[in-house]
Amino acid sequence: MDLSNSLLSLLIWLPIVGGLVVLAIGDAGDAKSSRAGTMRVVALASSLLTLVAGIFLYARFENGVAAMQFVERVPWVPSFGVDYHLGVDGISAPLILLTVFITPLVVIAGWDTIKQRPAQYFGAFLILEGLMNGVFAALDGVLFYVMWEAMLVPMFLIIGVWGGERRIYATLKFFIYTFFGSVLLLVAFIYLYVQAGDFSFASFVDVPLTLTEQKYLFIAFLLAFAVKVPMWPVHTWLPDAHVEAPTGGSVILAAIMLKMGGYGFIRISMPMLPDASAYFDGLMIALSLIAIVYIAFVALVQKDMKKLIAYSSIAHMGFVTLGFFLLWSILERQGDVQGAALGMTGGMVQMVSHGLVSGALFFCVGVLYDRLHSRQIADYGGVANTMPMFGALMVLFAMANVGLPGTSGFVGEFMVIMASFKASAWYAFGAATILVTGAAYTLWLVKRVVYGEVGNPKVGQFSDLNARELTVLGVLAFAVLLLGIWPAPLVDMMAASVEQLVDQLGRSKLAGL
Amino acid sequence: MSWTELAPAAPEMALLALICGVLVVDLFIEDARRGITYWLSMGSLAITAIVLLATAPDSRTLIFDGSYVSDGLSLVLKLSSVILVGLSFVYARGYLAQNGLHKGEFYTLGLFGLLGMMIMMSANSLMTIYLGLETLALSQYALVAFDRNSKVAAESAMKYFVLGAIASGALLYGISWTYGVTGHLGFDEIAAALRADPGLNGVPLWFGIAFMIVGIAFKFGAVPFHMWLPDVYHGARTPVTIYLAAAPKLAALALVVRILAEGLGSLYEAWQGMVMVLAVLSLVIGNVVAIAQSNIKRMLGYSTIAHVGFILAAFFCGTEQGYGAALYYAITYVIMAAGSFAMVILLSRKGYEAENLSDFKGLNARSPWFAAMMLFFMFSLTGVPPWVGFFAKLTAIEAVLDAGYPALAVLMVLASVVGAYYYLRVVWYMYFDAPQDRSVLQASLDTRIALSLNGLAVLALGIVPSWLIRVCYEVFGALQ
Repeated sequence: MDLSNSLLSLLIWLPIVGGLVVLAIGDAGDAKSSRAGTMRVVALASSLLTLVAGIFLYARFENGVAAMQFVERVPWVPSFGVDYHLGVDGISAPLILLTVFITPLVVIAGWDTIKQRPAQYFGAFLILEGLMNGVFAALDGVLFYVMWEAMLVPMFLIIGVWGGERRIYATLKFFIYTFFGSVLLLVAFIYLYVQAGDFSFASFVDVPLTLTEQKYLFIAFLLAFAVKVPMWPVHTWLPDAHVEAPTGGSVILAAIMLKMGGYGFIRISMPMLPDASAYFDGLMIALSLIAIVYIAFVALVQKDMKKLIAYSSIAHMGFVTLGFFLLWSILERQGDVQGAALGMTGGMVQMVSHGLVSGALFFCVGVLYDRLHSRQIADYGGVANTMPMFGALMVLFAMANVGLPGTSGFVGEFMVIMASFKASAWYAFGAATILVTGAAYTLWLVKRVVYGEVGNPKVGQFSDLNARELTVLGVLAFAVLLLGIWPAPLVDMMAASVEQLVDQLGRSKLAGL
Repeated sequence: MSWTELAPAAPEMALLALICGVLVVDLFIEDARRGITYWLSMGSLAITAIVLLATAPDSRTLIFDGSYVSDGLSLVLKLSSVILVGLSFVYARGYLAQNGLHKGEFYTLGLFGLLGMMIMMSANSLMTIYLGLETLALSQYALVAFDRNSKVAAESAMKYFVLGAIASGALLYGISWTYGVTGHLGFDEIAAALRADPGLNGVPLWFGIAFMIVGIAFKFGAVPFHMWLPDVYHGARTPVTIYLAAAPKLAALALVVRILAEGLGSLYEAWQGMVMVLAVLSLVIGNVVAIAQSNIKRMLGYSTIAHVGFILAAFFCGTEQGYGAALYYAITYVIMAAGSFAMVILLSRKGYEAENLSDFKGLNARSPWFAAMMLFFMFSLTGVPPWVGFFAKLTAIEAVLDAGYPALAVLMVLASVVGAYYYLRVVWYMYFDAPQDRSVLQASLDTRIALSLNGLAVLALGIVPSWLIRVCYEVFGALQ
């Protein structure tokens, strides 16, 4: 059997089965027991095997092909035209690679810091990994929705069981907010099914719809995806969820789950509802710019490190939606297909880059939190004196967050700002403020935490990164620099699919009526 | 009439004979060996199921002058009911023995109730359906009062009996109006009469339909005829609650499908509005009021009302898909309901009923496996994939959208978001809170096995939903 025919299934089911095995082994109620030791090895092995499968995916992936690759299609619920239909293209493949890259790091980071119910912790993350891969690989409405919503269950437990003091409030808010968004997504999918006759994404893209229908469906999709991104003003769950989640939970939330909102726009809203997307593009650009400009100021005044990074995430995710929805203004104003593709690519590169950078920053906060059990900026100061290696890495990630050339953060933001110039100088002006405000809040954070006098006697007793922490942060630093210096492999992977998408979005669906 | 012609009614006849046998044998058994009655009852259920499958006709067959029908719908509903009644017996045995309530009457009344349900499911005339309904209802009243030393049980049995009698009266009143207008009791004849003379479709008939819907809504527990439901679920001993929450909901579905869809299908406009009001009110009030409950049996009672709203919303469409979706929803719902009520039995021990939500606190620390089972039930009831409740929701919404009611579909999902809160609260108590009570679970082994299978079934039916959907849709010829 050729592996390529079932590689995506492997990426979904390997971690889920691994997670179930981890749960079955258990931890004998003690994180230090030998049972728990075996369990950790199995957890790490499953995540690393999934990473290997991901590397296979990268190796076998053909750049320059716009169509879906590694397609699998088996009938699932034939009476409703539901298929177990998987496939990846240049848009989804990088996000799957991001998922399989981040999850082993989360497992390593939680290795001995999770004392309470470690088996359930690792089991939940592995199952979550499989479901996230499923979201990115699904090409069927019901399959997508099953993965999309099933994902909430492990995350609900991760925040609720291993979170901070207000974890129950935060996790309920997280679940109800996202559940609210996604039930309307379900109604929209079923509506499209009634029109199209089956649940495959390809049929949803082809089915003709009136502008009114498209507008209603767009709003339903918008609620689902905007909550996930999150866009202003439905972002308020994110700071709570991030602050209360354990380190691994924050990392997965920031690095991967937020990307699902962006992915939903580019895979679902825009190609299925091109006319409504064009109709609402002004609104979307406005919301994105509000996130970039206003949320950055909100980030500036935060006293809690995790909250600051959470708000920074919202601002940076504004670039993603901005890059996507610039398309119609660029096409209208200049007919510049290249420019439109630039914004689109920029948004996607930004998703990957933000996944790495925000994930790394949350790991950094986790490292500090494990030492002092505080997230307050004021409790730290002068960490670089006792933790020079940590200081260096944290500064690197901060620079990437600011968008310094040479780091991955620069590539995506630069592309989006370039594209926004083609649409309107005002958009570019708004977007570019992040270069100032982003630098302000990030560097100020670094200054207060890493540099200066040792503010707290306990900070004086900190030990520098241990091997486990160094592995996690070192690997991430390498990835951030690699993408910053040489983004070509990532951009090449996306190019053909983006080109096809831009071409498709330029064509109205109304003509088919 | 020869014996072979009676084949469609053979399961009911076999069950009746077996019940009489169980009843007589039980008289000679002392309390300590009540297990014999249990095994005889389970055997009766097994024989009934076998007869049911063996005598199932290939196509729709009528007997007793067309007042009794055997078709796909009756087969699916009866088989499901037999399984669910058996499941409730399994859950009941250990609990009843533990609490000194292990009496043969529980099983015989349960079996008589099943007989009533099976008659309802096969009814093809208003009189047959009424006979079945009363057989079921009288058994239920007695079952609720089964623990004669419990004041709460006696109170709820009384309440159930009085309100149930009024509802039966309303139904019968509606039946008499319908008979007066159309001159027939048989569903086929009523349908034919309405086709032949459109002039019958007027205020007097609508008046009759309204009263019949009151009766149906009461049996279902749809708002505003739901008041009895939380009280009865709460007051009855938990095994009785499991019994009430499971199979009789399928009988109620038979009631609504047989009367409204088959008998009065052509008067769709007459009953549609009323069913819609019931559905919307049940969805909203069931979900909102459930939030305020601290007793899990009451909470699940209100959750039942909300799910009845979903079933009625699918039924309201008046399309084959809608009926198929209502059937699928009802069957999957009762599986989830039986399991979630059985969790109360799992946590209870001698003399202590674990019926408060706080009894679930820290269950994950006491038993991760059963906490996971309860998590399955709760997320399935919320409608989260990959559990079966999601597909039930999907089919119901599909039917509603297909019939062209997007606003109702949006209301249904928004109500389920409200509902998410109280289901999540159970998960939160189990996983996020520390246990208040660290005692070892005392439930019997067969309860544990049945509960595990019940939980895994909720997951498995969600991962492989296709066959059950097909079965339910084929009953109504809803597959393209």
